[in-house]
Amino acid sequence: MIAESMYQELILEHYKHPQGRGLRDPYDSEVHHVNPTCGDEITMRVKLGDGGKVEDVSYDGQGCSISQAAASVLYELATGSTVEDSLAVVEEFTRLMQSRGQVEADEDVLGDAVAFAGVAKFPARVKCALLAWMAYKDAVVRSTE
Amino acid sequence: METGFDVERIRKDFPALSRELPGGRPLVYLDSANSSQKPTQVIETMREHFTTHYANVGRAMHVLGAESTEAYEGARDKVAAFVGAPSRDEIVFTKNASEALNLVAYAFGNPAGDDPRFRIGPGDEVVISEMEHHSNIVPWQLLAQRTGVTLRWFSVTDEGRLDLSNLDELVTERTKIVSIAHQSNVLGTVNPVDRVVARAREVGALTMLDASQSVPHRPVDVTELGVDFLAFTGHKAVGPSGIGVLWARGELLEAMPPFLGGGEMIEAVWMDHSTYAPAPHKFEAGTPPIVEAIGLGAALDYLSAVGLDAVAQHERELTGYALEALREIEGLRVIGPENLDERGGVVSFTLEGIHPHDVGQILDDNFGVAVRVGHHCARPLHLRFGIPATTRASFYLYNTPAEIDALVRGLHHVRKVFA
Ligand SMILES: Cc1ncc(COP(=O)(O)O)c(C=O)c1O
Repeated sequence: MIAESMYQELILEHYKHPQGRGLRDPYDSEVHHVNPTCGDEITMRVKLGDGGKVEDVSYDGQGCSISQAAASVLYELATGSTVEDSLAVVEEFTRLMQSRGQVEADEDVLGDAVAFAGVAKFPARVKCALLAWMAYKDAVVRSTE
Repeated sequence: METGFDVERIRKDFPALSRELPGGRPLVYLDSANSSQKPTQVIETMREHFTTHYANVGRAMHVLGAESTEAYEGARDKVAAFVGAPSRDEIVFTKNASEALNLVAYAFGNPAGDDPRFRIGPGDEVVISEMEHHSNIVPWQLLAQRTGVTLRWFSVTDEGRLDLSNLDELVTERTKIVSIAHQSNVLGTVNPVDRVVARAREVGALTMLDASQSVPHRPVDVTELGVDFLAFTGHKAVGPSGIGVLWARGELLEAMPPFLGGGEMIEAVWMDHSTYAPAPHKFEAGTPPIVEAIGLGAALDYLSAVGLDAVAQHERELTGYALEALREIEGLRVIGPENLDERGGVVSFTLEGIHPHDVGQILDDNFGVAVRVGHHCARPLHLRFGIPATTRASFYLYNTPAEIDALVRGLHHVRKVFA
Protein backbone atom coordinates (compact mmCIF):
# COMPACT_ATOMS: atom_id res chain seq x y z
CA MET A 1 0.00 0.00 0.00
CA ILE A 2 2.86 2.36 -0.69
CA ALA A 3 1.48 4.08 -3.73
CA GLU A 4 -1.74 5.16 -2.19
CA SER A 5 0.25 7.52 0.00
CA MET A 6 1.53 9.03 -3.24
CA TYR A 7 -1.97 9.45 -4.62
CA GLN A 8 -3.08 12.01 -2.04
CA GLU A 9 -6.71 13.11 -2.17
CA LEU A 10 -5.57 16.57 -3.19
CA ILE A 11 -3.61 15.21 -6.14
CA LEU A 12 -6.55 13.13 -7.33
CA GLU A 13 -8.83 16.16 -6.93
CA HIS A 14 -6.58 18.31 -9.12
CA TYR A 15 -6.26 15.50 -11.65
CA LYS A 16 -10.00 15.05 -11.95
CA HIS A 17 -10.72 18.79 -11.88
CA PRO A 18 -7.70 20.60 -13.29
CA GLN A 19 -7.54 24.33 -12.53
CA GLY A 20 -6.66 26.89 -15.18
CA ARG A 21 -6.24 24.32 -17.94
CA GLY A 22 -6.36 25.44 -21.59
CA LEU A 23 -4.11 27.82 -23.51
CA ARG A 24 -5.07 31.49 -23.30
CA ASP A 25 -4.15 34.81 -24.94
CA PRO A 26 -2.41 37.13 -24.43
CA TYR A 27 0.92 35.67 -23.41
CA ASP A 28 4.57 36.71 -23.37
CA SER A 29 6.15 33.32 -23.95
CA GLU A 30 5.19 29.77 -24.73
CA VAL A 31 7.23 26.63 -24.10
CA HIS A 32 6.73 22.96 -24.82
CA HIS A 33 8.33 20.39 -22.55
CA VAL A 34 8.26 16.61 -22.84
CA ASN A 35 9.31 13.75 -20.65
CA PRO A 36 10.95 11.42 -23.18
CA THR A 37 10.81 8.38 -20.94
CA CYS A 38 7.03 8.36 -20.66
CA GLY A 39 5.80 10.72 -23.37
CA ASP A 40 4.13 13.15 -20.96
CA GLU A 41 4.03 16.61 -22.46
CA ILE A 42 2.97 20.11 -21.62
CA THR A 43 2.62 23.39 -23.46
CA MET A 44 2.75 26.37 -21.14
CA ARG A 45 2.17 30.09 -21.61
CA VAL A 46 3.06 32.85 -19.19
CA LYS A 47 1.73 36.43 -19.13
CA LEU A 48 3.59 38.83 -16.88
CA GLY A 49 2.29 42.23 -15.72
CA ASP A 50 3.70 45.30 -14.05
CA GLY A 51 5.92 44.94 -11.01
CA GLY A 52 6.84 41.35 -11.74
CA LYS A 53 3.26 40.18 -11.32
CA VAL A 54 2.25 36.86 -12.87
CA GLU A 55 -1.03 37.67 -14.59
CA ASP A 56 -1.74 34.28 -16.13
CA VAL A 57 -0.29 30.81 -16.48
CA SER A 58 -2.12 28.72 -19.03
CA TYR A 59 -1.28 25.22 -20.14
CA ASP A 60 -2.37 22.17 -22.01
CA GLY A 61 -0.88 18.72 -22.13
CA GLN A 62 -1.33 15.08 -21.48
CA GLY A 63 0.12 12.66 -19.03
CA CYS A 64 -0.32 10.78 -15.80
CA SER A 65 -2.22 12.02 -12.75
CA ILE A 66 0.97 13.26 -11.10
CA SER A 67 2.08 15.40 -14.05
CA GLN A 68 -1.38 16.79 -14.67
CA ALA A 69 -2.15 17.54 -11.03
CA ALA A 70 1.24 19.22 -10.63
CA ALA A 71 0.38 21.61 -13.47
CA SER A 72 -2.96 22.43 -11.88
CA VAL A 73 -1.40 23.13 -8.47
CA LEU A 74 1.28 25.24 -10.09
CA TYR A 75 -1.38 27.31 -11.85
CA GLU A 76 -3.05 28.06 -8.53
CA LEU A 77 0.17 28.97 -6.79
CA ALA A 78 1.70 31.10 -9.53
CA THR A 79 -1.23 33.06 -10.93
CA GLY A 80 -1.63 36.32 -9.07
CA SER A 81 1.73 35.85 -7.37
CA THR A 82 4.98 37.52 -8.40
CA VAL A 83 7.82 36.12 -10.46
CA GLU A 84 10.10 36.25 -7.46
CA ASP A 85 7.73 34.52 -5.04
CA SER A 86 6.63 31.89 -7.53
CA LEU A 87 10.23 31.02 -8.46
CA ALA A 88 10.98 30.59 -4.75
CA VAL A 89 8.17 28.03 -4.62
CA VAL A 90 9.53 26.31 -7.72
CA GLU A 91 12.90 26.09 -6.05
CA GLU A 92 11.51 24.59 -2.86
CA PHE A 93 9.34 22.16 -4.85
CA THR A 94 12.35 21.05 -6.90
CA ARG A 95 14.39 20.57 -3.71
CA LEU A 96 11.61 18.44 -2.23
CA MET A 97 11.24 16.31 -5.36
CA GLN A 98 14.96 15.65 -5.61
CA SER A 99 15.29 14.76 -1.94
CA ARG A 100 14.38 11.04 -2.35
CA GLY A 101 12.04 11.60 0.57
CA GLN A 102 14.88 12.71 2.87
CA VAL A 103 13.82 16.33 3.55
CA GLU A 104 10.79 17.76 5.32
CA ALA A 105 8.51 19.75 3.06
CA ASP A 106 8.15 23.42 3.98
CA GLU A 107 4.40 23.83 3.95
CA ASP A 108 4.58 27.59 4.45
CA VAL A 109 6.37 27.96 1.14
CA LEU A 110 4.72 25.12 -0.77
CA GLY A 111 1.07 25.38 0.16
CA ASP A 112 -0.96 22.70 -1.64
CA ALA A 113 2.15 21.50 -3.44
CA VAL A 114 3.16 19.81 -0.21
CA ALA A 115 0.81 16.99 -1.22
CA PHE A 116 3.46 15.81 -3.67
CA ALA A 117 5.95 14.99 -0.90
CA GLY A 118 5.18 11.27 -1.28
CA VAL A 119 6.17 11.33 -4.97
CA ALA A 120 9.80 12.04 -4.01
CA LYS A 121 10.12 8.41 -2.88
CA PHE A 122 9.41 7.19 -6.43
CA PRO A 123 12.39 8.21 -8.58
CA ALA A 124 10.55 7.17 -11.74
CA ARG A 125 7.75 9.62 -11.01
CA VAL A 126 9.73 12.67 -9.89
CA LYS A 127 10.08 13.81 -13.49
CA CYS A 128 6.29 13.65 -13.86
CA ALA A 129 5.81 15.98 -10.91
CA LEU A 130 8.50 18.38 -12.14
CA LEU A 131 7.44 18.59 -15.80
CA ALA A 132 5.06 21.57 -15.47
CA TRP A 133 7.23 23.31 -12.91
CA MET A 134 10.31 23.18 -15.11
CA ALA A 135 8.24 24.39 -18.04
CA TYR A 136 7.03 27.30 -15.92
CA LYS A 137 10.54 28.26 -14.91
CA ASP A 138 11.63 28.15 -18.54
CA ALA A 139 8.64 30.23 -19.67
CA VAL A 140 9.27 32.88 -17.01
CA VAL A 141 12.93 33.18 -18.01
CA ARG A 142 11.92 33.65 -21.64
CA SER A 143 9.26 36.22 -20.69
CA THR A 144 11.73 38.38 -18.84
CA GLU A 145 14.49 38.15 -21.43
CA MET B 1 -9.04 -24.02 -17.20
CA GLU B 2 -7.06 -27.04 -18.33
CA THR B 3 -3.45 -26.35 -19.25
CA GLY B 4 -1.59 -29.09 -20.99
CA PHE B 5 1.31 -29.19 -18.57
CA ASP B 6 2.25 -28.81 -14.94
CA VAL B 7 2.66 -25.09 -14.40
CA GLU B 8 3.19 -25.50 -10.64
CA ARG B 9 6.18 -27.73 -11.27
CA ILE B 10 7.56 -25.23 -13.77
CA ARG B 11 7.11 -22.35 -11.31
CA LYS B 12 9.35 -24.18 -8.83
CA ASP B 13 12.19 -23.92 -11.37
CA PHE B 14 12.04 -20.11 -11.26
CA PRO B 15 13.20 -18.96 -7.82
CA ALA B 16 12.24 -15.30 -8.35
CA LEU B 17 8.58 -16.23 -8.73
CA SER B 18 8.28 -17.31 -5.11
CA ARG B 19 9.96 -14.26 -3.59
CA GLU B 20 7.99 -11.80 -1.52
CA LEU B 21 7.74 -8.12 -2.31
CA PRO B 22 8.11 -5.45 0.39
CA GLY B 23 5.12 -5.63 2.69
CA GLY B 24 4.80 -9.40 2.18
CA ARG B 25 2.90 -9.25 -1.09
CA PRO B 26 3.49 -12.15 -3.48
CA LEU B 27 4.94 -11.33 -6.89
CA VAL B 28 2.68 -11.57 -9.92
CA TYR B 29 5.11 -11.29 -12.82
CA LEU B 30 3.33 -10.33 -16.03
CA ASP B 31 6.26 -8.65 -17.78
CA SER B 32 8.04 -11.47 -19.58
CA ALA B 33 7.78 -9.79 -22.98
CA ASN B 34 10.09 -7.19 -21.46
CA SER B 35 12.42 -9.75 -19.92
CA SER B 36 11.73 -13.23 -18.59
CA GLN B 37 12.67 -14.75 -15.25
CA LYS B 38 15.42 -17.42 -15.16
CA PRO B 39 15.16 -21.07 -14.12
CA THR B 40 17.59 -22.68 -11.69
CA GLN B 41 18.92 -24.78 -14.58
CA VAL B 42 20.27 -21.64 -16.29
CA ILE B 43 21.55 -20.02 -13.10
CA GLU B 44 23.33 -23.23 -12.10
CA THR B 45 24.87 -23.83 -15.53
CA MET B 46 26.36 -20.34 -15.47
CA ARG B 47 27.53 -20.68 -11.87
CA GLU B 48 29.10 -24.03 -12.69
CA HIS B 49 30.95 -22.58 -15.66
CA PHE B 50 32.30 -19.64 -13.67
CA THR B 51 33.24 -21.95 -10.82
CA THR B 52 35.05 -24.68 -12.71
CA HIS B 53 35.60 -24.13 -16.41
CA TYR B 54 36.05 -20.44 -17.01
CA ALA B 55 38.76 -19.15 -19.35
CA ASN B 56 38.73 -17.17 -22.58
CA VAL B 57 37.56 -18.98 -25.68
CA GLY B 58 39.27 -19.77 -28.96
CA ARG B 59 42.76 -18.68 -28.00
CA ALA B 60 43.86 -20.42 -24.82
CA MET B 61 46.00 -23.56 -25.11
CA HIS B 62 45.12 -25.11 -21.78
CA VAL B 63 42.47 -27.28 -20.16
CA LEU B 64 40.23 -24.47 -19.00
CA GLY B 65 40.49 -22.75 -22.38
CA ALA B 66 39.50 -25.96 -24.11
CA GLU B 67 36.57 -26.57 -21.76
CA SER B 68 35.35 -23.02 -22.06
CA THR B 69 35.59 -23.10 -25.85
CA GLU B 70 33.79 -26.40 -26.00
CA ALA B 71 30.94 -25.08 -23.85
CA TYR B 72 30.70 -21.83 -25.81
CA GLU B 73 30.70 -23.57 -29.18
CA GLY B 74 28.33 -26.17 -27.74
CA ALA B 75 25.89 -23.34 -27.05
CA ARG B 76 26.10 -22.40 -30.72
CA ASP B 77 25.11 -25.95 -31.66
CA LYS B 78 22.11 -25.70 -29.34
CA VAL B 79 20.97 -22.42 -30.82
CA ALA B 80 21.36 -23.78 -34.35
CA ALA B 81 19.26 -26.82 -33.51
CA PHE B 82 16.67 -24.71 -31.68
CA VAL B 83 15.92 -22.50 -34.69
CA GLY B 84 16.44 -25.18 -37.33
CA ALA B 85 19.55 -23.60 -38.84
CA PRO B 86 21.08 -25.77 -41.59
CA SER B 87 24.56 -25.07 -40.22
CA ARG B 88 26.03 -24.07 -36.85
CA ASP B 89 28.23 -21.57 -38.69
CA GLU B 90 25.14 -19.54 -39.46
CA ILE B 91 24.70 -18.62 -35.79
CA VAL B 92 26.39 -15.35 -34.82
CA PHE B 93 26.39 -14.43 -31.13
CA THR B 94 25.66 -10.79 -30.48
CA LYS B 95 24.91 -8.75 -27.38
CA ASN B 96 21.15 -8.73 -27.99
CA ALA B 97 18.58 -8.52 -30.76
CA SER B 98 19.30 -4.83 -31.27
CA GLU B 99 22.93 -5.56 -32.12
CA ALA B 100 21.90 -8.33 -34.50
CA LEU B 101 19.60 -5.94 -36.35
CA ASN B 102 22.29 -3.26 -36.47
CA LEU B 103 24.84 -5.77 -37.74
CA VAL B 104 22.67 -6.48 -40.77
CA ALA B 105 21.83 -2.81 -41.35
CA TYR B 106 25.53 -1.94 -41.32
CA ALA B 107 26.23 -4.54 -44.00
CA PHE B 108 24.35 -2.37 -46.49
CA GLY B 109 26.11 0.45 -48.29
CA ASN B 110 29.34 -0.51 -46.58
CA PRO B 111 32.42 0.23 -48.74
CA ALA B 112 34.18 -2.75 -47.11
CA GLY B 113 31.79 -5.09 -48.93
CA ASP B 114 31.23 -5.55 -52.64
CA ASP B 115 28.24 -7.88 -52.98
CA PRO B 116 25.55 -6.19 -55.11
CA ARG B 117 22.76 -7.31 -52.77
CA PHE B 118 24.20 -5.05 -50.10
CA ARG B 119 24.93 -2.10 -52.37
CA ILE B 120 22.45 0.61 -51.52
CA GLY B 121 21.76 4.26 -52.23
CA PRO B 122 19.20 6.85 -53.28
CA GLY B 123 16.39 5.19 -55.25
CA ASP B 124 16.67 1.96 -53.27
CA GLU B 125 14.17 1.11 -50.56
CA VAL B 126 13.97 -0.67 -47.22
CA VAL B 127 10.55 -1.81 -45.99
CA ILE B 128 9.61 -2.13 -42.32
CA SER B 129 6.28 -1.81 -40.51
CA GLU B 130 4.45 0.50 -38.14
CA MET B 131 4.40 -2.20 -35.46
CA GLU B 132 8.19 -2.47 -35.15
CA HIS B 133 10.17 -2.15 -31.96
CA HIS B 134 12.58 0.80 -32.11
CA SER B 135 15.37 -1.77 -32.54
CA ASN B 136 13.95 -2.60 -35.96
CA ILE B 137 13.34 1.05 -36.89
CA VAL B 138 16.29 3.16 -35.81
CA PRO B 139 19.05 1.03 -37.44
CA TRP B 140 17.25 1.46 -40.78
CA GLN B 141 16.74 5.19 -40.22
CA LEU B 142 20.46 5.47 -39.59
CA LEU B 143 21.12 3.49 -42.77
CA ALA B 144 18.87 5.91 -44.64
CA GLN B 145 20.89 8.83 -43.28
CA ARG B 146 24.16 7.21 -44.28
CA THR B 147 23.14 6.11 -47.75
CA GLY B 148 20.05 8.00 -48.91
CA VAL B 149 17.96 4.83 -49.15
CA THR B 150 14.21 5.40 -48.67
CA LEU B 151 12.45 3.85 -45.70
CA ARG B 152 8.92 2.57 -46.39
CA TRP B 153 6.36 1.19 -43.97
CA PHE B 154 3.65 -1.43 -43.90
CA SER B 155 0.60 0.00 -42.11
CA VAL B 156 -1.22 -1.69 -39.27
CA THR B 157 -4.98 -2.27 -39.44
CA ASP B 158 -7.38 -1.11 -36.73
CA GLU B 159 -7.48 -4.68 -35.48
CA GLY B 160 -3.71 -4.64 -35.06
CA ARG B 161 -2.78 -6.80 -38.04
CA LEU B 162 -0.11 -6.10 -40.62
CA ASP B 163 -1.85 -4.43 -43.57
CA LEU B 164 -0.71 -6.34 -46.64
CA SER B 165 -3.30 -4.82 -49.00
CA ASN B 166 -0.54 -2.81 -50.70
CA LEU B 167 2.15 -5.49 -50.42
CA ASP B 168 2.88 -5.38 -54.15
CA GLU B 169 3.22 -1.59 -54.20
CA LEU B 170 5.44 -1.50 -51.13
CA VAL B 171 7.76 -4.37 -51.93
CA THR B 172 9.10 -3.81 -55.44
CA GLU B 173 12.23 -4.16 -57.56
CA ARG B 174 13.57 -1.15 -55.63
CA THR B 175 13.37 -3.00 -52.29
CA LYS B 176 16.70 -4.21 -50.93
CA ILE B 177 15.39 -5.72 -47.70
CA VAL B 178 12.12 -6.19 -45.84
CA SER B 179 12.56 -6.35 -42.07
CA ILE B 180 9.56 -7.02 -39.85
CA ALA B 181 8.66 -8.45 -36.46
CA HIS B 182 7.63 -12.08 -36.36
CA GLN B 183 5.43 -11.29 -33.36
CA SER B 184 4.60 -7.77 -32.16
CA ASN B 185 5.74 -6.94 -28.64
CA VAL B 186 2.70 -4.69 -28.16
CA LEU B 187 -0.16 -6.18 -30.18
CA GLY B 188 0.76 -9.83 -29.84
CA THR B 189 0.09 -10.21 -33.56
CA VAL B 190 1.98 -12.97 -35.34
CA ASN B 191 2.71 -11.76 -38.84
CA PRO B 192 2.09 -13.73 -42.07
CA VAL B 193 5.74 -14.19 -42.93
CA ASP B 194 5.04 -16.50 -45.87
CA ARG B 195 3.22 -13.86 -47.92
CA VAL B 196 5.91 -11.25 -47.31
CA VAL B 197 8.72 -13.69 -48.12
CA ALA B 198 6.98 -14.83 -51.31
CA ARG B 199 6.69 -11.24 -52.55
CA ALA B 200 10.24 -10.34 -51.51
CA ARG B 201 11.59 -13.34 -53.43
CA GLU B 202 9.61 -12.33 -56.50
CA VAL B 203 11.39 -8.98 -56.58
CA GLY B 204 14.78 -10.19 -55.35
CA ALA B 205 14.68 -8.47 -51.96
CA LEU B 206 16.20 -9.93 -48.80
CA THR B 207 14.05 -10.58 -45.71
CA MET B 208 14.78 -10.22 -42.02
CA LEU B 209 12.64 -11.26 -39.07
CA ASP B 210 12.83 -9.70 -35.65
CA ALA B 211 11.96 -12.87 -33.76
CA SER B 212 12.59 -11.48 -30.27
CA GLN B 213 9.00 -12.20 -29.27
CA SER B 214 8.49 -15.44 -31.18
CA VAL B 215 11.55 -17.64 -30.63
CA PRO B 216 10.98 -17.80 -26.83
CA HIS B 217 7.31 -18.69 -27.19
CA ARG B 218 6.63 -20.97 -30.15
CA PRO B 219 8.50 -23.36 -32.40
CA VAL B 220 10.47 -21.32 -34.95
CA ASP B 221 12.28 -22.91 -37.87
CA VAL B 222 14.31 -20.61 -40.07
CA THR B 223 14.27 -23.00 -43.01
CA GLU B 224 10.50 -23.35 -42.92
CA LEU B 225 10.08 -19.57 -42.66
CA GLY B 226 12.26 -19.05 -45.70
CA VAL B 227 13.72 -15.75 -44.49
CA ASP B 228 17.31 -14.61 -44.97
CA PHE B 229 18.03 -13.19 -41.50
CA LEU B 230 16.53 -13.71 -38.07
CA ALA B 231 17.35 -11.99 -34.78
CA PHE B 232 16.40 -12.78 -31.21
CA THR B 233 17.58 -12.00 -27.71
CA GLY B 234 18.49 -14.32 -24.85
CA HIS B 235 16.97 -12.53 -21.89
CA LYS B 236 13.41 -12.94 -23.14
CA ALA B 237 13.91 -16.69 -23.56
CA VAL B 238 14.64 -17.57 -19.90
CA GLY B 239 18.31 -16.93 -20.66
CA PRO B 240 20.64 -14.22 -19.38
CA SER B 241 20.91 -10.67 -20.68
CA GLY B 242 24.01 -9.72 -22.68
CA ILE B 243 23.55 -12.40 -25.33
CA GLY B 244 21.59 -12.32 -28.56
CA VAL B 245 21.59 -14.20 -31.81
CA LEU B 246 21.75 -13.39 -35.48
CA TRP B 247 20.98 -16.25 -37.79
CA ALA B 248 21.68 -15.64 -41.47
CA ARG B 249 21.99 -17.86 -44.51
CA GLY B 250 25.63 -18.89 -44.66
CA GLU B 251 26.17 -17.60 -48.12
CA LEU B 252 25.02 -14.13 -47.04
CA LEU B 253 27.32 -14.10 -44.02
CA GLU B 254 30.19 -14.86 -46.42
CA ALA B 255 29.16 -11.96 -48.64
CA MET B 256 28.76 -9.45 -45.83
CA PRO B 257 31.58 -7.22 -44.58
CA PRO B 258 32.51 -7.51 -40.90
CA PHE B 259 30.62 -5.35 -38.42
CA LEU B 260 33.07 -4.68 -35.59
CA GLY B 261 36.80 -5.18 -35.93
CA GLY B 262 39.06 -6.70 -33.31
CA GLY B 263 40.54 -9.89 -31.95
CA GLU B 264 39.15 -13.26 -32.99
CA MET B 265 37.46 -11.96 -36.13
CA ILE B 266 40.59 -11.97 -38.28
CA GLU B 267 42.50 -14.48 -40.31
CA ALA B 268 45.64 -12.38 -40.68
CA VAL B 269 46.51 -8.76 -40.02
CA TRP B 270 49.11 -6.72 -41.86
CA MET B 271 49.81 -3.03 -41.39
CA ASP B 272 47.91 -2.05 -44.52
CA HIS B 273 45.03 -4.56 -44.48
CA SER B 274 43.50 -7.61 -42.83
CA THR B 275 41.75 -10.74 -43.92
CA TYR B 276 38.90 -12.12 -41.93
CA ALA B 277 37.98 -15.35 -40.25
CA PRO B 278 35.10 -17.26 -41.80
CA ALA B 279 31.61 -16.72 -40.36
CA PRO B 280 30.47 -16.77 -37.63
CA HIS B 281 33.77 -15.61 -36.11
CA LYS B 282 34.09 -12.80 -38.64
CA PHE B 283 31.23 -11.13 -36.78
CA GLU B 284 32.37 -11.84 -33.23
CA ALA B 285 35.13 -9.34 -32.57
CA GLY B 286 36.73 -9.41 -29.15
CA THR B 287 36.03 -11.64 -26.17
CA PRO B 288 32.39 -12.64 -26.46
CA PRO B 289 29.85 -12.92 -23.64
CA ILE B 290 31.09 -16.45 -22.94
CA VAL B 291 29.07 -17.46 -19.91
CA GLU B 292 25.99 -15.68 -21.22
CA ALA B 293 26.13 -17.75 -24.41
CA ILE B 294 26.46 -20.91 -22.34
CA GLY B 295 23.53 -19.73 -20.21
CA LEU B 296 21.49 -19.22 -23.35
CA GLY B 297 22.30 -22.78 -24.39
CA ALA B 298 20.96 -24.00 -21.04
CA ALA B 299 17.87 -21.83 -21.45
CA LEU B 300 17.08 -23.33 -24.84
CA ASP B 301 17.64 -26.83 -23.41
CA TYR B 302 15.14 -25.96 -20.69
CA LEU B 303 12.54 -24.70 -23.16
CA SER B 304 13.07 -27.73 -25.41
CA ALA B 305 12.58 -30.09 -22.48
CA VAL B 306 9.26 -28.44 -21.65
CA GLY B 307 8.42 -28.35 -25.34
CA LEU B 308 7.71 -25.24 -27.38
CA ASP B 309 4.36 -26.58 -28.54
CA ALA B 310 3.29 -26.97 -24.92
CA VAL B 311 4.57 -23.48 -24.07
CA ALA B 312 2.63 -21.99 -26.98
CA GLN B 313 -0.51 -23.91 -26.02
CA HIS B 314 -0.27 -22.79 -22.39
CA GLU B 315 0.17 -19.16 -23.39
CA ARG B 316 -2.72 -19.45 -25.80
CA GLU B 317 -5.00 -20.61 -23.02
CA LEU B 318 -3.81 -17.84 -20.72
CA THR B 319 -4.31 -15.24 -23.44
CA GLY B 320 -7.84 -16.45 -24.15
CA TYR B 321 -8.60 -16.35 -20.44
CA ALA B 322 -7.16 -12.83 -20.12
CA LEU B 323 -8.96 -11.41 -23.16
CA GLU B 324 -12.21 -12.77 -21.75
CA ALA B 325 -11.57 -11.53 -18.20
CA LEU B 326 -10.52 -8.06 -19.32
CA ARG B 327 -13.83 -7.61 -21.14
CA GLU B 328 -15.59 -7.14 -17.83
CA ILE B 329 -13.59 -4.00 -17.02
CA GLU B 330 -15.39 -0.86 -18.00
CA GLY B 331 -13.48 1.56 -20.21
CA LEU B 332 -10.80 -0.98 -21.10
CA ARG B 333 -9.76 -1.11 -24.73
CA VAL B 334 -7.45 -3.83 -26.01
CA ILE B 335 -4.89 -2.60 -28.55
CA GLY B 336 -4.39 -5.64 -30.77
CA PRO B 337 -6.39 -8.63 -31.93
CA GLU B 338 -9.20 -9.68 -29.60
CA ASN B 339 -9.26 -13.24 -30.89
CA LEU B 340 -6.61 -15.94 -30.67
CA ASP B 341 -5.86 -16.32 -34.38
CA GLU B 342 -2.15 -15.84 -35.07
CA ARG B 343 -1.68 -14.14 -31.74
CA GLY B 344 0.80 -14.53 -28.90
CA GLY B 345 0.63 -13.92 -25.16
CA VAL B 346 0.89 -10.16 -24.79
CA VAL B 347 -2.18 -8.04 -24.13
CA SER B 348 -1.87 -4.25 -24.27
CA PHE B 349 -4.73 -1.98 -23.32
CA THR B 350 -5.83 1.48 -22.31
CA LEU B 351 -8.19 2.37 -19.47
CA GLU B 352 -10.36 5.33 -20.32
CA GLY B 353 -9.27 8.49 -18.53
CA ILE B 354 -6.45 6.81 -16.61
CA HIS B 355 -2.82 7.10 -17.59
CA PRO B 356 -0.88 3.81 -17.87
CA HIS B 357 1.71 5.06 -15.38
CA ASP B 358 -0.96 5.38 -12.76
CA VAL B 359 -2.29 1.95 -13.68
CA GLY B 360 1.15 0.36 -13.41
CA GLN B 361 1.97 2.04 -10.13
CA ILE B 362 -1.20 0.94 -8.37
CA LEU B 363 -0.95 -2.59 -9.77
CA ASP B 364 2.60 -2.86 -8.48
CA ASP B 365 2.21 -1.22 -5.10
CA ASN B 366 -1.14 -2.62 -4.06
CA PHE B 367 -1.22 -5.98 -5.79
CA GLY B 368 2.39 -6.92 -6.58
CA VAL B 369 1.39 -7.18 -10.23
CA ALA B 370 4.35 -6.31 -12.46
CA VAL B 371 3.29 -5.10 -15.91
CA ARG B 372 4.95 -2.73 -18.35
CA VAL B 373 3.57 0.73 -19.03
CA GLY B 374 4.59 3.25 -21.68
CA HIS B 375 5.14 2.91 -25.41
CA HIS B 376 7.16 -0.31 -25.08
CA CYS B 377 9.79 0.97 -27.53
CA ALA B 378 7.14 1.10 -30.25
CA ARG B 379 6.26 4.76 -30.44
CA PRO B 380 5.17 4.84 -34.11
CA LEU B 381 2.66 2.08 -33.33
CA HIS B 382 1.19 4.07 -30.45
CA LEU B 383 1.01 7.16 -32.66
CA ARG B 384 -0.82 5.01 -35.21
CA PHE B 385 -3.48 4.28 -32.59
CA GLY B 386 -3.51 7.90 -31.39
CA ILE B 387 -2.44 7.05 -27.85
CA PRO B 388 0.71 8.01 -25.94
CA ALA B 389 1.05 4.79 -24.00
CA THR B 390 -0.52 1.48 -23.02
CA THR B 391 -0.42 -0.96 -20.13
CA ARG B 392 0.88 -4.36 -21.22
CA ALA B 393 0.47 -7.71 -19.51
CA SER B 394 2.58 -10.48 -21.01
CA PHE B 395 2.46 -14.18 -20.26
CA TYR B 396 4.97 -17.00 -20.28
CA LEU B 397 5.19 -20.66 -19.44
CA TYR B 398 5.18 -19.99 -15.68
CA ASN B 399 2.08 -17.78 -15.48
CA THR B 400 -1.29 -18.96 -14.17
CA PRO B 401 -4.94 -17.98 -14.53
CA ALA B 402 -4.86 -16.94 -10.84
CA GLU B 403 -2.30 -14.28 -11.78
CA ILE B 404 -4.65 -12.95 -14.43
CA ASP B 405 -7.37 -12.84 -11.78
CA ALA B 406 -5.02 -10.71 -9.65
CA LEU B 407 -4.50 -8.37 -12.60
CA VAL B 408 -8.24 -8.01 -13.07
CA ARG B 409 -8.81 -7.36 -9.34
CA GLY B 410 -6.06 -4.73 -9.50
CA LEU B 411 -7.61 -3.04 -12.51
CA HIS B 412 -10.98 -2.80 -10.77
CA HIS B 413 -9.22 -1.10 -7.89
CA VAL B 414 -7.37 1.29 -10.23
CA ARG B 415 -10.71 2.34 -11.62
CA LYS B 416 -12.04 2.94 -8.12
CA VAL B 417 -9.09 5.19 -7.19
CA PHE B 418 -9.38 7.33 -10.30
CA ALA B 419 -13.14 7.22 -10.84
C1 LIG C 1 10.10 -7.12 -30.86
C2 LIG C 1 11.37 -6.74 -30.18
N1 LIG C 1 12.46 -6.47 -30.91
C3 LIG C 1 13.62 -6.15 -30.35
C4 LIG C 1 13.77 -6.07 -28.98
C5 LIG C 1 15.09 -5.66 -28.43
O1 LIG C 1 15.69 -6.61 -27.65
P1 LIG C 1 17.06 -6.24 -26.96
O2 LIG C 1 16.77 -5.05 -26.10
O3 LIG C 1 17.42 -7.42 -26.14
O4 LIG C 1 18.02 -5.92 -28.02
C6 LIG C 1 12.66 -6.32 -28.18
C7 LIG C 1 12.71 -6.24 -26.71
O5 LIG C 1 12.92 -5.25 -26.07
C8 LIG C 1 11.44 -6.66 -28.79
O6 LIG C 1 10.34 -6.90 -28.06
